[in-house]
Amino acid sequence: MTKEGIVKLINGPVVKGINMGSFKVNEMVTVGKQKLIGEVVSIEGDTAIIQVFEETEGLQSDELIYSTGMPFSVTLGPGIIGGIFDGIQRPLDKIQLINKDFIPEGIGLLSLDEEKEWDVIIIAKVGDNLKAGDVYATIQETSSILHKIMVPYNISGKIKEVKQSGKYKINDTVVVIENGNSTHNLTLCTKWPVKKPRPIRQRLPINKPLITGQRVIDSFYPIAKGGTIGLPGGFGTGKTVTQHQLAKWSDADIIVYVGCGERGNEMTDVLEEFPALIDPRTGKPLMERTILIANTSNMPVAAREASIYTGITLAEYYRDMGYDVALMADSTSRWAEALREISGRLEEMPAEEGYPAYLPSRLAEFYERAGYVKTLNGQEASITIIGAVSPAGGDFSEPVTENTKRFVTAFLALDKKLAYARHFPAINYLTSYSGYISILEDWFRENVASDMIDLRNKMVKLLQEEEKLNEIVQLVGEDVLPNDQALVLETARIIKKGFLQQNALHPEDTYVSLEKQYKMLKIIDNFYENALSCIKMGIPISTIKSQNIIQDILKMKYDVPNEKLELLDDLIYKTNEEYNNLRQKYE
Amino acid sequence: MKKEYLKLQKVEGPLVVLSNIKDVAYGEIVSIKVDDGEVRKGKVIKIDGDKVIVQVFEGTSGISTDNTSVKFLGEPQTIPLSKEILGRTFNGVGEPIDGGYGILSSYKQNINGRPINPVARRYPRNFIQTGISAIDALMTLIRGQKLPIFSGNGIAHKELAAQIISQAKIEGATSDNFAVVFGAMGVRHDDADYFIKSFESSGVLDHVVMYINTADDSIVERISTPRCALTAAEYLAFKHNMHVLVILMDMTSYAEALREISSAKEEVPSRKGYPGYLYSDLSTIYERAGMLKESEGSITLIPILTMPNDDITHPIPDLTGFITEGQIVLNRGLNQKSIYPPIDVLPSLSRLMKDGIGADYTREDHGDLQSQLFSAYSKVQDIRSLSQIIGEDDLGEIDRLYLKFGREFENKFIAQGRTENRSVKETLDLGWYILSILPETELDRMKTELINKYYVKNRER
Repeated sequence: MTKEGIVKLINGPVVKGINMGSFKVNEMVTVGKQKLIGEVVSIEGDTAIIQVFEETEGLQSDELIYSTGMPFSVTLGPGIIGGIFDGIQRPLDKIQLINKDFIPEGIGLLSLDEEKEWDVIIIAKVGDNLKAGDVYATIQETSSILHKIMVPYNISGKIKEVKQSGKYKINDTVVVIENGNSTHNLTLCTKWPVKKPRPIRQRLPINKPLITGQRVIDSFYPIAKGGTIGLPGGFGTGKTVTQHQLAKWSDADIIVYVGCGERGNEMTDVLEEFPALIDPRTGKPLMERTILIANTSNMPVAAREASIYTGITLAEYYRDMGYDVALMADSTSRWAEALREISGRLEEMPAEEGYPAYLPSRLAEFYERAGYVKTLNGQEASITIIGAVSPAGGDFSEPVTENTKRFVTAFLALDKKLAYARHFPAINYLTSYSGYISILEDWFRENVASDMIDLRNKMVKLLQEEEKLNEIVQLVGEDVLPNDQALVLETARIIKKGFLQQNALHPEDTYVSLEKQYKMLKIIDNFYENALSCIKMGIPISTIKSQNIIQDILKMKYDVPNEKLELLDDLIYKTNEEYNNLRQKYE
Repeated sequence: MKKEYLKLQKVEGPLVVLSNIKDVAYGEIVSIKVDDGEVRKGKVIKIDGDKVIVQVFEGTSGISTDNTSVKFLGEPQTIPLSKEILGRTFNGVGEPIDGGYGILSSYKQNINGRPINPVARRYPRNFIQTGISAIDALMTLIRGQKLPIFSGNGIAHKELAAQIISQAKIEGATSDNFAVVFGAMGVRHDDADYFIKSFESSGVLDHVVMYINTADDSIVERISTPRCALTAAEYLAFKHNMHVLVILMDMTSYAEALREISSAKEEVPSRKGYPGYLYSDLSTIYERAGMLKESEGSITLIPILTMPNDDITHPIPDLTGFITEGQIVLNRGLNQKSIYPPIDVLPSLSRLMKDGIGADYTREDHGDLQSQLFSAYSKVQDIRSLSQIIGEDDLGEIDRLYLKFGREFENKFIAQGRTENRSVKETLDLGWYILSILPETELDRMKTELINKYYVKNRER
């Protein structure tokens, strides 16, 4: 039986229909003559409220609403990696074939390429018993990603028929399994409702860092595979550049980048830049592990709300294959504002600053889809969520930032003052925090150096001391400080300029290995200890500051390439030598 | 044959409500004939069952519930377009107000536009020389960028915008394919006249299309003014491959008009009473700037907004900054010191400059030089606040040099004449000249070879 509703109210993206008692909440519907795609958000008696993912201009009352019988879902199968999709998984390059430069409404639901033939290797055999999550075929999706086709959830049984390995399209049946009297045809793709987390076997404790090559993160506020990270910052503080850096260099297998309500040119930038960049670990183009979801700020607002769910569902799908996936959401504030905008149009009772009362629970549901897990097929895999937050007016006490803080374990606060001084990345080195430091301590001890965390703590302490001293300096000037305190200021300057500031555009500095990070910290520490011993001998701070080695230390990030780290050992030697000479002079 | 409706249910502010209506489309244009013969236009902004809410462009003054006849025209708001629009002046809904004929063209375009597909965009890279040092060196304008000016009442933003228009050198633009589209929303008459005069004196008037909605015009028309302007810009850029510079002023008046209509619609307000969709609404204006792969033309957008109370965290500048690719912030303090243009360089920024400067576009030292100037000038601010407490005499030698650098930077680098047009080379050389006040050890963002090439000779001078 086909069910049809009738449009009665139109208010921007919100449409109300009657005669819809048999529709379900979250069901996908098509609206009107143009067949606009929408989703049912609530039902009361005979009346349903629908949010429409496309422009509603031209829609009339009394047009019909058609049921699709299924919740709003995405298609999961080969062809996702390297693609750029809109908020409801429609490939933007296919939309371009329909209408050249602009995105029209009424083009229907497009998804993965159904005509493309893939080289499929069938690994299941007749008679095998399969259960949900088991892999029955593989496809080399890109040169670095092996796509594993898994038995959909809720299906299990014995294999009755298999096709031979060869070329197939995503809707071709390759395996038939039977369970009792029922048989299931398994193809190369499956559908999944975006608002429902995909099942896992169990959650595992977090124990590995997500290495990003960014010094202030890896060394000072490390983040973990399977973790949740909030990245708040007002405009112009470099959120997007930081997100791009993480997307480029972090050591996840797959990156899902959700541009949620952001700038069109930024997505174009990623599209032009990523294919040309090489992943330092695999040597393959970065685009071969990247999925882009672009809902620019001027696209319909309901699709913006959907884009976050679409992104996390794609991430979960690849996680289920056993990959470490990192999802960058830029920005979750735009998503929260989309919730607010739709909520306002629904005339719901607003809570704080007009946001709906369910904002915290929606944020929690999203961040809780991250995690380090054992998948249904028994592999360890993870999803890391890095959510950018754009606090209104740069004020961190607004509801989205406040609530995000409750659900993330690491908080990398971008600071306007640092950004104005062009200190990039402008991650505040004092107010940021990471709950993963203690969890990852053992890993750093075993894999980097036994004193890595101690060095880090020492440097943070120096920076904290500098902060306190700065208050005094602002009142009385730097010259009146005793020598040991002046040395703290000088060392803090070196930490900031020589270590924390990192140039995303510099070929050597954009990505830095953990080994180099450790050695750089070691050099700064060695300088500090040398200088401190000089000061104890009464050597004036001005003499210590005028040593040439300081310039070398400040420039080591540019002058020492990642593959020539032995040059850093020379710096230790040179520092010791210069200050030994100085000490001898004064003895 | 479309029906005419003779009875209104309600008239309130700029809105009228009709009931018992059939076959009306969301966003459709409505013609309202008042009994004195005047015909007004409106737009359907909400359909609720058989009840329709219409906002009236000319306002509802003189309208009662039973003195009108309303006709639904069955199409969205469009404007006719041809190259004849160049040199003409229109009101906020695209009707000529310069005494000339209406534009006769069968090519009509929906003023709401549709989002550009990110796949179809061309990433902007070519720099536009404005001849203004602070902008060219530190927040370089790129062809196809949207870069707003954040100003305040009584600060010289008009003068700056006029100077940019008359001096801008766009790569690939000649006198044949260069156009200016000026959209004025809620500006004073004398401000509108100022721009017309300045277009005249810089000889670009034949290449300018103006959409003018002055402060005493209808607020509903104010909503469609920037949309008409950008529809015209899209037409010139993408149909005729022209390089179009769009100036929109004042976005604050625009947002206030939006708030006024929203409150008449009894919508749930969000920050400072502005509607929750302010961000989405502004983005459908700003995101129309850019370039397409399939077209030679470009739209460079410079919106001007006056920050209420000079507050950059106010929702209008705040949301604008999240959509646009940077911002040029003007400062009242500099304005009062008679420094023109009063650009506050520290909060100003161009997000696209990283890809549009350097050896291929401007000069190889540009990137490092701007970073060093920013960092040095930011240090000047710290030292200034210190010197206010302990006095300049008690400062260290290097700190005193920084203060000198700060003064020269403001008076010689930022400040320039209203017709002074500096080439980018002159600007960069001037930057080095002022930077050479500081000793070499302070240049911590500079590559050694650049110091040798540019700094040493200035230092010796």
